[in-house]
Amino acid sequence: MTYRNPPTTPRKSATFDDYTLSEIRRAAATGIYDIRGAGAKRKLPHFDDLLFLGASISRYPLEGYRERCDTSVVLGSRHAKKPIELKIPITIAGMSFGSLSGPAKEALGRGATLSGTSTTTGDGGMTEEERGHSKQLVYQYLPSRYGMNPRDLRRADAIEVVVGQGAKPGGGGMLLGQKISDRVAEMRTLPKGIDQRSASRHPDWTGPDDLEIKILELREITDWEKPIYVKVGGARPYYDTALAVKAGADVVVVDGMQGGTAATQEVFIENVGQPTLACIRPAVQALQDLGMHRKVQLIVSGGIRNGADVAKALALGVDAVSIGTAALVALGDNDPRWEAEYNALGSTAGAYDDWHEGRDPAGITTQDPELMKRVDPIAAGRRLANYLKVMTLEAQTIARACGKNSLHNLEPEDLVALSIEAAAMAGVPLAGTNWIPGKNGF
Amino acid sequence: MPANTMSKAERDQGHARVFDLSQHSLRELNQALHKLTPGSNETAWEVLHPKGSHSVAVGVDQPVSIDVRGSVGYYCAGMNDGATITVHGSAGPGVGENMMSGSIVIKGDASQYAGATGRGGLLVIEGNASSRCGISMKGIDIVVHGNIGHMSAFMAQSGNLVVLGDAGDALGDSIYEARLFVRGKVESLGADCIAKEMRPEHLELVQGLLDKAGVTGVKASEFKRYGSARKLYNFNIDNADAY
Repeated sequence: MTYRNPPTTPRKSATFDDYTLSEIRRAAATGIYDIRGAGAKRKLPHFDDLLFLGASISRYPLEGYRERCDTSVVLGSRHAKKPIELKIPITIAGMSFGSLSGPAKEALGRGATLSGTSTTTGDGGMTEEERGHSKQLVYQYLPSRYGMNPRDLRRADAIEVVVGQGAKPGGGGMLLGQKISDRVAEMRTLPKGIDQRSASRHPDWTGPDDLEIKILELREITDWEKPIYVKVGGARPYYDTALAVKAGADVVVVDGMQGGTAATQEVFIENVGQPTLACIRPAVQALQDLGMHRKVQLIVSGGIRNGADVAKALALGVDAVSIGTAALVALGDNDPRWEAEYNALGSTAGAYDDWHEGRDPAGITTQDPELMKRVDPIAAGRRLANYLKVMTLEAQTIARACGKNSLHNLEPEDLVALSIEAAAMAGVPLAGTNWIPGKNGF
Repeated sequence: MPANTMSKAERDQGHARVFDLSQHSLRELNQALHKLTPGSNETAWEVLHPKGSHSVAVGVDQPVSIDVRGSVGYYCAGMNDGATITVHGSAGPGVGENMMSGSIVIKGDASQYAGATGRGGLLVIEGNASSRCGISMKGIDIVVHGNIGHMSAFMAQSGNLVVLGDAGDALGDSIYEARLFVRGKVESLGADCIAKEMRPEHLELVQGLLDKAGVTGVKASEFKRYGSARKLYNFNIDNADAY
C-alpha cells in the first residue's frame, strides 16, 4: 500500500471569488461591460447597524394603540404656493415608463394614492396611466427632457430637477433597444429599437449658479405653485444639499448607492457613490448650518425596506424617505412564483436584475405586451398600499416606544450603532459607549 | 391689469399692451401672459427695459405676439407654445428652450444652448449663436443667419438646424435623426455625424425654412447636409473608440 500525502482542502481566493471569476469569463467572451438593473448589492453599512434605545426611566413610552403618533409631512412649503401634503413620510421614487410597463406605473400610482402619498415619473415623460391614477404626482425634469412639455409641468403636483441618482451619480439613463417599443420611442422622440443612452448633464445649465436660474424659469412657467425638488446621487451630500438650497430648492432628495436603476454598468453601481447611511448626516448638517432644517425638506432614498429603516432615517433628521426597489417587490418583482422562468433566464428569484433585457417574468420591467399582462394594476396597487401601511405602522410602533407622538420627533439621541463605521456615519454612539467616532477630537 | 399699473407707453399706444420691466416685476409679466385665454383680444404685447432679465415671457401658451425691446438673460421664451416672440436685442443662454410651437426671432446674437430640447416651432437667430445651439433638439426648426459654436446639435434627436455661416467643432456629436444644413465651413464633425447628400426634398426643406425665416439672396443649393451615420445606435464594442 502506497502512502499518499494528506491533501489540503481546495481553497478559493477571497479576492478572485466565484462571482469575480465568472465576470472575467463573461467579459472575455462578450467584450462588453456588464449592464444590469437595481442598486449596489455589496454589503454596506446600513440601517441594520443602528438600534433604537426605546423608553426607560427618563423617557416614557406612548400607548401603542391609544395614543396618537402623527405620520404626516408637508413638502415644499419654502416657496411653493401649493405644497404637497402627505399622510405618510414614504414616497414612491422616480421610475420611468419605458423601464417599467404601463400597468406597473399605474399600480404604483394606485398604491401611492391609496396610501396618501406621492409617486414620481421618470426618464420617459408622464403617462396618462400614472397621471390618472396618482393623486399626487412628482414630475421629473431630467437631462434627456424626454416627453418634457409645459402642459405636463403644469398638471404635475411637484417638479423634481434630477441632477443624479444613487446607483450612478454622474451617469445618464440607459434603455436598451429591446425595450424601445413604438410607444416608448414616440414618447422619447427616438428611433425604435436603438440603445438609448440619455445625457448625464442637463443640456441648458451647468453648476449651481445656472441651476438657480433654471429653477426660477420653472417657477415662472408654473406661476410659483409647484414645489421644486432637487435630486442628487449620494456623491457629496453636504455640498450638494447646500448648493441645492442656495439654488432655491424647496425639497432636496439624496439617493444613496443602494438606490436602484433600470439599467447601468455593474462597475458603476458598485463603485461610485456613497451608501445611504453615509449621506444622511452630512445632508442634515448642511441644512442645519444654513438654518434651513425642516424649512427645506430632505428626502432620502436607497435601500429603505421596512418601518425600522423609515424610523431610523427620520431620527437622523430626514423629513421623508422614498422607495423604488421595495415598491417593485411589493408589486411582484422577483417573486418566487416565477422561479422556473427566472431559471430559464439564468437567474433565480431574488437575484434577477437583467431588467434592461425587457424579459421580466413578473411583467414589471418590460415592454412585452404578453408579459406586462401579468401585472394587475388594481391588485398590485393594493399590495403596495398594504406594504406602505405596514411600514408606517412599524415606524409608529418604534416612535411610540421612544415616547414620540410624531415620527418627526424621533432624534439621533434615540439611536446607537452596532459598528464603529455606522457610528461614525450616523453620528450616534457605538452601543454600550458614549463614543461617536470623529466627535470630541478622536 | 388694473389701469393704475399701466405704463405711460401702454396708455399712449393703445393697440399693443406695453409692459415696462423697469416698473413692473417679471412675475407680473409672466402671470399676465399666463392669464391669457383663447380668443383674448390682447394679441400684441411689448416688453420694455428687459435689461438682461432671465425667464422673460416663459411658458406662454396663446398665439400672441410679443416684442421685447432690448436684450434678455437666460431662458427667454422658454417652453413657448404658440406665441410669436421677437427679441430686439441679444439673448442669453437657453433662449427658446423646449419650445413646443410658435416662433422666436432674435435680432441680435444668442448665447449657449439656443433652442435646447425644442420640440416644435421656429427659432430664428439673425446674428450668431454660441456653443451647443440646438442641443438635444426634438423637432424644432432653427435658422441661424451667422455662425454657430462648438458642440452644436449634440444628441439632436429630430428637427432641422440651418446655418448660413460656419459651424464650430464637433457638430452633431452623437446625433440621432435631426438634419443639419450648413452653408459655410464646419470646423469638425462629432461622433457618428457625417456629411450626406442634398436630395431634392432637402433642397425644398431648406428653401422653405429660409423663406419662413425671412432670408433672401441665399439659395438652398449652397448648403451641405449633415446627419447621423447611425453606427452608434446599438452598442458595439468595436466602436468603443468613437466615444
